[in-house]
Amino acid sequence: MTEAAAVVSETVAPNGSSDENRSLASDAWRSLRKNPIFWASAVLISIFVLMAIFPSLFTSTDPREAVLEESRSRPGDGTWFGRDIQGYDIYARCIYGARASILVGVLTTILTVSIGGFIGVMSGYLGGAADAVMSRVGDVFFAIPLLLGAIIFLVSLPDFFSSNAFLGALKVSLALAVLGWPSMARLMRSSVIQVKPNDYVQAARALGASPSRIVRSHILPNSVAPLIVVATISLGGYIAAEATLSFLGIGLQAPAVSWGIDISAALVGLRTTPHMLFFPSLFLSLAVLGFILLGDAVRDALDPKNR
Amino acid sequence: MGTYIIRRLLQMIPVILGATFLIFTMVFALPGDPLAGKCGERPCPPAYAAEFRERYNLNDPLPVQYAKYVSNLVQGDLGETTNGIPVLDQLKTRYPVTAKLALMAIAFEAIIGIFVGVLTGIRRGGFLDNLVLISTLVVISIPVFVIGGVSQYFLGVKLGWFPVTVTSSNPSFYELMLPAMVLGSLSLAYVSRLMRTSLVENLRADYLRTAVAKGLTKRRAIGLHALRNSMIPVITFIGFDFGALLGGAIVTEAIFNIPGIGGYLFRSIRARDGASVVGTVTVLVIVYLFVNLLVDLLYGLLDPRISHD
Repeated sequence: MTEAAAVVSETVAPNGSSDENRSLASDAWRSLRKNPIFWASAVLISIFVLMAIFPSLFTSTDPREAVLEESRSRPGDGTWFGRDIQGYDIYARCIYGARASILVGVLTTILTVSIGGFIGVMSGYLGGAADAVMSRVGDVFFAIPLLLGAIIFLVSLPDFFSSNAFLGALKVSLALAVLGWPSMARLMRSSVIQVKPNDYVQAARALGASPSRIVRSHILPNSVAPLIVVATISLGGYIAAEATLSFLGIGLQAPAVSWGIDISAALVGLRTTPHMLFFPSLFLSLAVLGFILLGDAVRDALDPKNR
Repeated sequence: MGTYIIRRLLQMIPVILGATFLIFTMVFALPGDPLAGKCGERPCPPAYAAEFRERYNLNDPLPVQYAKYVSNLVQGDLGETTNGIPVLDQLKTRYPVTAKLALMAIAFEAIIGIFVGVLTGIRRGGFLDNLVLISTLVVISIPVFVIGGVSQYFLGVKLGWFPVTVTSSNPSFYELMLPAMVLGSLSLAYVSRLMRTSLVENLRADYLRTAVAKGLTKRRAIGLHALRNSMIPVITFIGFDFGALLGGAIVTEAIFNIPGIGGYLFRSIRARDGASVVGTVTVLVIVYLFVNLLVDLLYGLLDPRISHD
């Protein structure tokens, strides 16, 4: 969080060491490669992404195939993770549930990073009245609690968004992004303001570079690091938020397969059938954990203070 | 200081107006009819429907409705629910419950989080440090409704240490203890990690070396100098978190059956009860803005280098 904001200005300092091509990115990659946590989280995330794109690689069972006579059977009674109250195969549901969560996480992150990043760069670079207006608009969205705002927004969206699985995920992403972008914008703004007074930016301006060129090739590459870190960590947070909204019954709806929906249904039977709760929660937690660990590893790589 | 506070208060006005307008627009776009089901299993008589629409300004276009709402709001009138009960009365009975819950959660996360953060920050890399690092990661990655449901079952039903659900409309400290811990658990993890990082950074600062060099004991140097400066990011987080907890309590309130604003808001959204939704969120926004102002004023107390003049 705030730790990430202070990263940039130091990392852009020239790196007097041997080869000339050691850019910020290659420098970060060098230290990232040595970090076992990075590899652990990368493997975890790759598995979940693979699960989201090709669920049939992991299971041949249909997650909506209800075997009612085996309803609530324990793990090992013919299925790996047992069956839930509808007789669904929990293992298959866990595998297919990855798609909704990853989709919402990725879509929301793309939306918040692009909206927040754009507005943050603009208000940080332009300053003055434009900055004041954009910052106040950001404050308005920032002041509304994420979960409450998302609930109202979700309920007020038209039924068009419920027609298929992708639109359903898009709907949840929109709701989270509408209130989630100001934090990215604030971060980007402060980061740009730190980079802007540097000599190389002034030099580029003196040489006659256009504002868009200055932003694209000088300011953006040197100020984007904290945004990458926070975006990675937030992706995990958005996955958890999607599950929370589905838990409340307004995120994704029943025919959709989602960890949040399954957890919500399983909480009722916690006393008698804990396995129904355990497996979807485990998958959800591992997915969230993967992105948080990745974000931590990237931050350590980008922050020279910790070396 | 005085001018700073006045400037901040003036800056709040557009934010409050913007936030209420945003919520108002969303509620305006809510599908469904507030009259649905109002008169049992038949449509409402036309006379009643007309009177109802007139009373709640439902015939006006959005800007007019909003202007009428704000002019009432300025006079302290938050409107009526569609059942004819003043929203203010509803909020008066429900806000204290959620506020109590959120304050307990804040106290829980602040006291334990700062203590754990300081402990791990001083002994960096030790067994306790690693244990806390791993356990905070686990807590962050488990969604709050799973933590809530599982702790309700084990600590409430099985062990009987805490009441399973809240049964009164004015819950006691003891009844809210477990919900508050559940609500604060995620932030507890963040606070302790933040406190640790911040303290570790300040332990390397020049002013601390000076303090030790001039003969202060380590305990005094850390307690008096490093701790105060390290508190700034933590206080910022806690201030921001208070608003988030008031809003995020909706899940905890649902699990533990707490009669706070969460459930009320949820039902109001479902019933398309505009005045209730906008009123509840407006109060949340105002509380959030004031807490943030308070946090900014605290900076000056914690770090003498920051001044608001």
